[in-house]
Amino acid sequence: MANILHLHQVGKVYRSGNRHLKVLDDVNFSVEAGSTLSIVGPSGSGKTTLLGLCAGLDRASSGQVELNGIRLNDLNEDQLADVRNRHIGFIFQNFQLMPTLTALENVMVPLELRGEKNVRTGALDLLDKVGLADRGHHYPTQLSGGEQQRVSLARAFSNRPQILFADEPTGNLDAETGVMVEKLLFDLNKESGTTLILVTHNLELAAKTQRIIRIKGGKIFSDTLTA
Amino acid sequence: MNTNFSWLLKMAWRDSRRNYSRLLLFISSIVLGIAALVAIYSLGYNLQQNIDTQAASLLGADLEISDNQPPSKKITGLIDSLKGQQSKELSFASMIYFPKNSGTRLAQIRALEGDFPYYGELETEPATAGKSFRTKKEVLVDQTLMLQYQAKVGDSLKVGEVTFLIAGILKKAPGQTGIAATVAPSVYIPLSYLKQTNLAQKGSRIVYRYYFKFDPKTQMEPLVKKIEPRLEAEDYNYRTVQSQKEDTGRSFRDLTRFLSLVGFIALLLGCVGVASSIHIYIKEKLNSIAILRCLGVKAGQAFLIYLIQISGIGLIGSILGAVLGAVIQQFLPVVLKDFLPFELATDLSFSAIGQGIVLGLIISNLFALLSLISIRKISPLNVLRASYEQAQITKDPYKWLIYALILLFVFGFTWLQMKRWTEAVAFTVGVTFAFLLLLGMATLLMWLVRRFFPTSWGYLGRQGLANLYRPNNQTAILMVSIGLGTMFICTLLFVQAILLDRIKLSTDGDQPNMVLFDIQTGQKQGVMNLVKQQKMPVLQSVPIVTMRLEQLNGQTSTEALKDTTNKRWRGLFSREYRVTFRDSLISTEKVVKGTWKGEVKDLNAAVPISLEDGYAERNSIKIGDTLTFNVQGTMLTTVVASYRDVDWAGVQTNFLVLFPKGVLEDAPQFHVLLTHVPNNEASARFQQAVVQQFPNVSLIDLGLILTVLDDISTKIGFVIRFMAGFSILTGLIVLIASVLISKYQRIQESVLLRTLGASRRQILIITALEYFFLGTLAAATGILLATAGSWALAHYSFETAFNPQFLPVFVVFLVVAVITVFIGLVNSLGILSRSPLEVLRQDV
Repeated sequence: MANILHLHQVGKVYRSGNRHLKVLDDVNFSVEAGSTLSIVGPSGSGKTTLLGLCAGLDRASSGQVELNGIRLNDLNEDQLADVRNRHIGFIFQNFQLMPTLTALENVMVPLELRGEKNVRTGALDLLDKVGLADRGHHYPTQLSGGEQQRVSLARAFSNRPQILFADEPTGNLDAETGVMVEKLLFDLNKESGTTLILVTHNLELAAKTQRIIRIKGGKIFSDTLTA
Repeated sequence: MNTNFSWLLKMAWRDSRRNYSRLLLFISSIVLGIAALVAIYSLGYNLQQNIDTQAASLLGADLEISDNQPPSKKITGLIDSLKGQQSKELSFASMIYFPKNSGTRLAQIRALEGDFPYYGELETEPATAGKSFRTKKEVLVDQTLMLQYQAKVGDSLKVGEVTFLIAGILKKAPGQTGIAATVAPSVYIPLSYLKQTNLAQKGSRIVYRYYFKFDPKTQMEPLVKKIEPRLEAEDYNYRTVQSQKEDTGRSFRDLTRFLSLVGFIALLLGCVGVASSIHIYIKEKLNSIAILRCLGVKAGQAFLIYLIQISGIGLIGSILGAVLGAVIQQFLPVVLKDFLPFELATDLSFSAIGQGIVLGLIISNLFALLSLISIRKISPLNVLRASYEQAQITKDPYKWLIYALILLFVFGFTWLQMKRWTEAVAFTVGVTFAFLLLLGMATLLMWLVRRFFPTSWGYLGRQGLANLYRPNNQTAILMVSIGLGTMFICTLLFVQAILLDRIKLSTDGDQPNMVLFDIQTGQKQGVMNLVKQQKMPVLQSVPIVTMRLEQLNGQTSTEALKDTTNKRWRGLFSREYRVTFRDSLISTEKVVKGTWKGEVKDLNAAVPISLEDGYAERNSIKIGDTLTFNVQGTMLTTVVASYRDVDWAGVQTNFLVLFPKGVLEDAPQFHVLLTHVPNNEASARFQQAVVQQFPNVSLIDLGLILTVLDDISTKIGFVIRFMAGFSILTGLIVLIASVLISKYQRIQESVLLRTLGASRRQILIITALEYFFLGTLAAATGILLATAGSWALAHYSFETAFNPQFLPVFVVFLVVAVITVFIGLVNSLGILSRSPLEVLRQDV
């Protein structure tokens, strides 16, 4: 299988006044298309920064990030936005739904952004898959945490992404709801053949992916395949 | 990406759905400003239309010629040659006497002959009196006089030596405004009785007017061109319907320009409110924008979504403002009734409405752009790290461009109103300075509060005070809006007080407070005896000689005015000079240039005279220049020997031209006498005695001037207060909007406090204290600035002491503080009724 993501000597430094804070240093790895991967590590280890760089949300201070053959460092902000819309799906710990849009509209947005027509049916199908077909007209504040994350899942798959980034997808959910969302995530991922990259503290969840990268102090500490 | 504009529109609409009330609240700040401008614009258009249609009845004739000297043979010949229907009017100030209640007052006597007005009418009650009085021994008396002296139709009125029957109450005469009636209320008498009144004597300041009505086919322009040189040669003035139209139009254009600038200030204030509200709004939208960016929305698209949203709301706000303005316009004629010389129709002006909407749309967008441009900089990374952008979005170099555009717009708008770039620059700089000053004061006060924070206060007081500088606080904008409103009101109060004080000061002690004029030489001793009889002092008795300027340095008026190297006023030659002669200067004047000579003995040499410095400089007359005066037929050559600085304030006889003793003693003259009356009763008694014994002598009682001034300043004050009301109401709306915007922050704080065990009462006290501090600081800032500004006005412009009356200002201070606390509390009540759990669940 070809690599969909490739990181070569990636580093990230934040400046705070005169101080330079090195958050990531010489990170190298590749991810095969269609595979599943977890990035785990303690708080402050650089997991979220790494996710931001991989997903084109931020730029590396050094090295190169290549997604689906596109060198992200060479792109401007608008080109990065285009890459995110065409190739990437996101799931966040805090769901990050647009509070002013209904559940259905939240799911439709990525497709509408592409200029696609008649996206309503597809979005309703996705809501149906996550068990929320009848809640499409509800606003995020009218939904429970689990329901919001399911809408977020539907939105993440709506643009048929080649790679899905999930940042602590069950971190804000109770155990029972978390299990349900986990199942949905893996089922939808399998069905669509999307590459899945998870950032999590939850080792049990991480163990469900094919590969685990452990990160500590901004460096890759271990890179192992799960059984 | 194929997203098109329609998707951006859709997203803007979708995103606004949950924020309608808040967005409308932001934009409500500009509604009143737009309303004020649309109302004023409509007024301007209606005024112009009404002036066009009613110009003939403003003048009452096709042509009016006038001067303050009797017509010469040439003018009489001209009048005869003009043909058409003609009327004649002689008007002058004189005392009138109501025998019923012994009331006396100075009035404008208009002795009329003919059918004037030919257009419009003398509106009287009964209506027939306007025509019938002309052939009888009857008068028409202005309604303000009738009310003041409780006179009725059928009562008697003595004018000079003739007692007339009051035939009717004069309600309106062509071209006359309410203000004019307050200053000089008119009494119309038939011209045929003027001689019997014995008021038209030498020295009486009579204006001679001739009115003409021509055949409708008469071409006025060629006629005026033909007679103009002949009138000018005799120093006669003329007015036609066209010139009256232009003059009135010019006066009201100035008025509407002034009012529209006052309205524009309200709009600017509202826009500052919009800018502040949008700033908070965008900060709250940070996460939504970051999510959109994550999903692939480009920076420009995100910016456009919110720009469309704000434009849409700006359009709605502007339309609401325009509708409100159209409604307010219906009431403007009531507000301005004392200043209008005609009936004002209030037709809807779609041009004014259009202008208001476009203006609102542009300016609300410009101010909103200050925050909107920050959207371009919002990174999608915010979804991962909430605090990532907080510190960054306020810094954008393009903001300076927006500030420049705003200043340019303010300048452009003002220039369109004033048509003079110097005035436009002055207004732009002035407004910017006022805003910056208030902002600076607000910042300074905030700094002082932080620097000298009262750590010994109880928790509730400290929390209330600390809330003033919580993140996203609205303190500065509220201080500006409330402060500006308070400043408006207080400046108005101060200036009114300064003007009245200035006059009242003159009544103190033994200063003159009554002036008697038009005293003939033969009456002088009699009048002085009467004054002494009433146990009053003769403070000044001044002889006055009238004359005209014939030549300046040997040049006649035509030659001197043609000299383009010197800018001279045409009236320099046409005016009647009222001069006096004495051997010494009085306390209100001092020589600033040249030498004052008090007496001359050599009558063959040019007479050394003294001119008021300002008048001499304005007309480029230098020391050593020779002026030849025509003293009622005798030519008298003079030389300018000195300039005097004259203090015109107070009740004094002051003169532009002062002669030394030894020259004018035998010239025809009349006298002015100054005295001091101790009280109103003595004044009334004295006035009655003068009117009875010397009917041609007129009196000005300072008490009357004070009443008139008070009346006028109240009327002007009402118009200014009405317009300032827009700014004050805008300030209140900005206050309400700001309170509601920060409500969400306050909810979180309150929830936290309640979770920690704070009672409803304690939270209420904290909120009340916060708004109390805000209201009092803002009001104090406004009062402070108004005091400083008024002091500067008093000191530099009115050149008088500034003794502010702090009681009314304290009332304003209290009202502003109470309203601020009230609005703050009412809007915060909703927060208290919500349970902490409910709020936490909604993740506000």
